[in-house]
Amino acid sequence: MLIMQTNSWIPLFPEQASSFAWQVDYLYFYLILVSVGFTIPIVAAIFFFIVKYREREKFATPDEIHGSMVLETVWSIIPFVISMTIFLGGAVVYYTQYRMPEDAMNVYVVGKQWMWKIQHETGQREINELHVPVGRKVKLTMTTEDVLHDFSIPAFRTKADVVPGRFTYLWFEATKPGKYHLYCAEYCGLNHSGMVGYVYVMEQKDYENWLQGNVTGQTPIEQGRDLFENKLGCASCHTGGQQQRGAKLEGIYGKEVSLVGGQKVLVNDEYLRNSILNPGAQVVEGYQPIMPTFKGQVTEEQLLSLVAYIKSLSGVTATTGTPAAAPSPVSTGTDAGSGNTQGGDR
Amino acid sequence: MQDVSAISGNSIPADEPKLNYINNGHTLKSWLLTKDHKRIALMYLLSVSAFFLMGGIYAAFIRLELLTPASDLLETATYNKVFTQHGILMVFFFLIPAIPAILGNFLLPLMIGAKDLALPRINLLSLYIYWIGGIITLWALMKGGVDTGWTFYTPYSTTFSNSYVMAVGIGVFINGFSSILTGLNFIVSIHTMRAPGMTWFRLPLFVWAHYATSLVMILGTPVVAITILLVAIERFARIGIFDPAIGGDPILFQHLFWFYSHPAVYIMILPGMGVISEVIAGFSRKRIFGYEFVAFSSIAIAVFGFLVWGHHMFVSGQSVFAGLVFSFLTMVVAVPSAIKTFNWVATMYKGSISYDTPMLYAIGFLGLFLVGGLTGLFLGSIGLTVHLTDTYFIVAHFHYVMVGGQVIAYLAGIHYWWPKMTGRMYSEFWGKVSAMLVFVGFNLTFFPQFILGYMGMPRRYASYPEELQVLNIFSTAGASVLGIGLLMPVVYLIHSLFYGKKAADNPWMHPGLEWRTSSPPPTENFKEMPVVTWEAYDFGEESGLDIEEARRREAVTV
Repeated sequence: MLIMQTNSWIPLFPEQASSFAWQVDYLYFYLILVSVGFTIPIVAAIFFFIVKYREREKFATPDEIHGSMVLETVWSIIPFVISMTIFLGGAVVYYTQYRMPEDAMNVYVVGKQWMWKIQHETGQREINELHVPVGRKVKLTMTTEDVLHDFSIPAFRTKADVVPGRFTYLWFEATKPGKYHLYCAEYCGLNHSGMVGYVYVMEQKDYENWLQGNVTGQTPIEQGRDLFENKLGCASCHTGGQQQRGAKLEGIYGKEVSLVGGQKVLVNDEYLRNSILNPGAQVVEGYQPIMPTFKGQVTEEQLLSLVAYIKSLSGVTATTGTPAAAPSPVSTGTDAGSGNTQGGDR
Repeated sequence: MQDVSAISGNSIPADEPKLNYINNGHTLKSWLLTKDHKRIALMYLLSVSAFFLMGGIYAAFIRLELLTPASDLLETATYNKVFTQHGILMVFFFLIPAIPAILGNFLLPLMIGAKDLALPRINLLSLYIYWIGGIITLWALMKGGVDTGWTFYTPYSTTFSNSYVMAVGIGVFINGFSSILTGLNFIVSIHTMRAPGMTWFRLPLFVWAHYATSLVMILGTPVVAITILLVAIERFARIGIFDPAIGGDPILFQHLFWFYSHPAVYIMILPGMGVISEVIAGFSRKRIFGYEFVAFSSIAIAVFGFLVWGHHMFVSGQSVFAGLVFSFLTMVVAVPSAIKTFNWVATMYKGSISYDTPMLYAIGFLGLFLVGGLTGLFLGSIGLTVHLTDTYFIVAHFHYVMVGGQVIAYLAGIHYWWPKMTGRMYSEFWGKVSAMLVFVGFNLTFFPQFILGYMGMPRRYASYPEELQVLNIFSTAGASVLGIGLLMPVVYLIHSLFYGKKAADNPWMHPGLEWRTSSPPPTENFKEMPVVTWEAYDFGEESGLDIEEARRREAVTV
């Protein structure tokens, strides 16, 4: 078992298994150093004073000391400077943790009381388990069907809340094969402490074997296309060229579009999601606000697939340039995953 | 045995009961309809202690459940209610009112040389509001309780929880007005009721701390009231405010909640800092080092405390830049706390330090608050908090600040002013034993939780991975010691009421005005209006203390 191996030189220390885990740990050690650096002199001073200046005579009146401007200044400035170094260190690490990389492989996560539903871009689905290859950046796009949850992997030193009604993101690059705890860290009701699982980090070869052993139906993009063209009938308005009634979706992802009323908006995941659920809110200029809402008709997972499909219409397949990606049949622009070993073999 | 006036040759016989605020009227009505701040404080003492006891019983169940990795002692549903109710009772009905409503109520008028607070009827009203809020909350707990966590995060609290959320919400809502009125009363009293000669910079730091606390109370508490009202509107009128299913935003709730609940942390800790300033100065017989810095750091904490609420939400989905700004401001607010700590330690330099029970508690406070404050830096550092938030590191940190800080300070204060409040001395021996047991038990309980947190153990879990059991056993063992340490004062303090030595008016020979009236004080506090001619913390004879006589008295009684 690889879980929670204790480091030999520091007992009771969690496994370090992501590319930025060492940064978090160094920050931690720095803070321990600062804490010890403050604690020892202060506690020593307390003990020295209570012994040296203990009461020699009942109700004595020691000489008055009012204070010292110099001391006050010194012990205001030193903690301030140190606290700024801590702030800067934390900011740098946070920037690494929370700035999503461009070239990551995508995994979709939906939280639900009390399980994690996970879907890979290649179509595999898992519950309460996440299999990822070692040494590859992985980006999770997450939402929830009900209440707040939090996707937390202590060995990777990262976590993020999963919020109903919006997407949140998390990324990591695992550095060490093994089996690591996955927790829900935001209280979510009755079985909160049962909303746990494991992240399996595998060598690339093992990961490929795992992928092949878990072949399932559709990839998110395929599922999204199916919803778009057949099940939800989006295509009846959003395709057809010059005459189409709904906004043209090809090539819009990542661009700014003008809205009715003159505002501009960047087309990103959040905008696509909102436009499906609440189409009247931000209508693209040149189109009528005739689209009905799909709120209540699509599940969170279907929404993720739809967004993935619409993105693919703009040539955005999230795993651009990464070896294990399945070349999407509808991918229009960039060449996704050329030279891969097994991605397209299903 | 004998009181001061007897020794100094006055004609009052030692055993003739003097009229004081306790024996001035024995009927239930004379208590329930009293306008005397001291009687109100005693009634608060009883009520707040009852809530503390209940919260403590919940804590015992939490630690027993966590003795083993599996969820076995309690059902998970029960466990969720237990930790929620532990939090709600402790935060809203113990930590927030404890020092202001008990010690503040009792001492503030005495310390500034007034007959009572400026608005005595309002003061009684706030006690009744506290009772009504408390009874509604208890009723909801008896009916079936609440399982949302004390933070009431939406949409779980608004849509998904099938427990008595709204009833508890109403209890907390009503209770909030008690805080607001107390704060208002303190501010008005400090401005208008000071005795002649009691200038702002002669005020004891306890009063400064309560002034800062009161500001937070009246500015912050209305926000939580509004938030609860919005939750009610959403639940009953289905107007989308926090629930995304009907167009609301769950993160808005977190902003509103923490806009109050972070400053509420300072409502809890600032009065404790005030107590510690009094105790350390008193038992070192030194003027507090850097009086102005300690006073203004209270105000600085109160002001900056309003600007850091977002540090509870670093991983909640708020914007990255908001997170960075809140992290920066959190680091800034660490500085005034550090200043206070340095000044307290410096106060002991060249003092005349006695190891009475209140001082032992205060020294314990310094150690625990140091750990609580320093681990606050860990959590203010945003990159580290991504790993640490929602784990046991958070639990350990806020218990170090709330229990290691506020509760220890409260106990120091209760022991320090007990002779004044009751006219009796408690057993010093048992007092010291309890102070040490609390310190040891507390550290054993909560220090292992820092390690558990770094290992990643999430909070609010009824079960946990087996490899974490050893640390949890330490924690539960520590909790037993802590529990015994905290129960001991209940026993020996009650014992002292009946069998304790009669307290002198000024048993510690401290210069504060509260020590210049009888123990317990008469209903009108002072026989004649005091006129202050000395600076704060002036322990010499020039402030009017008859030290020679006190020494003679000590010699007689020993």
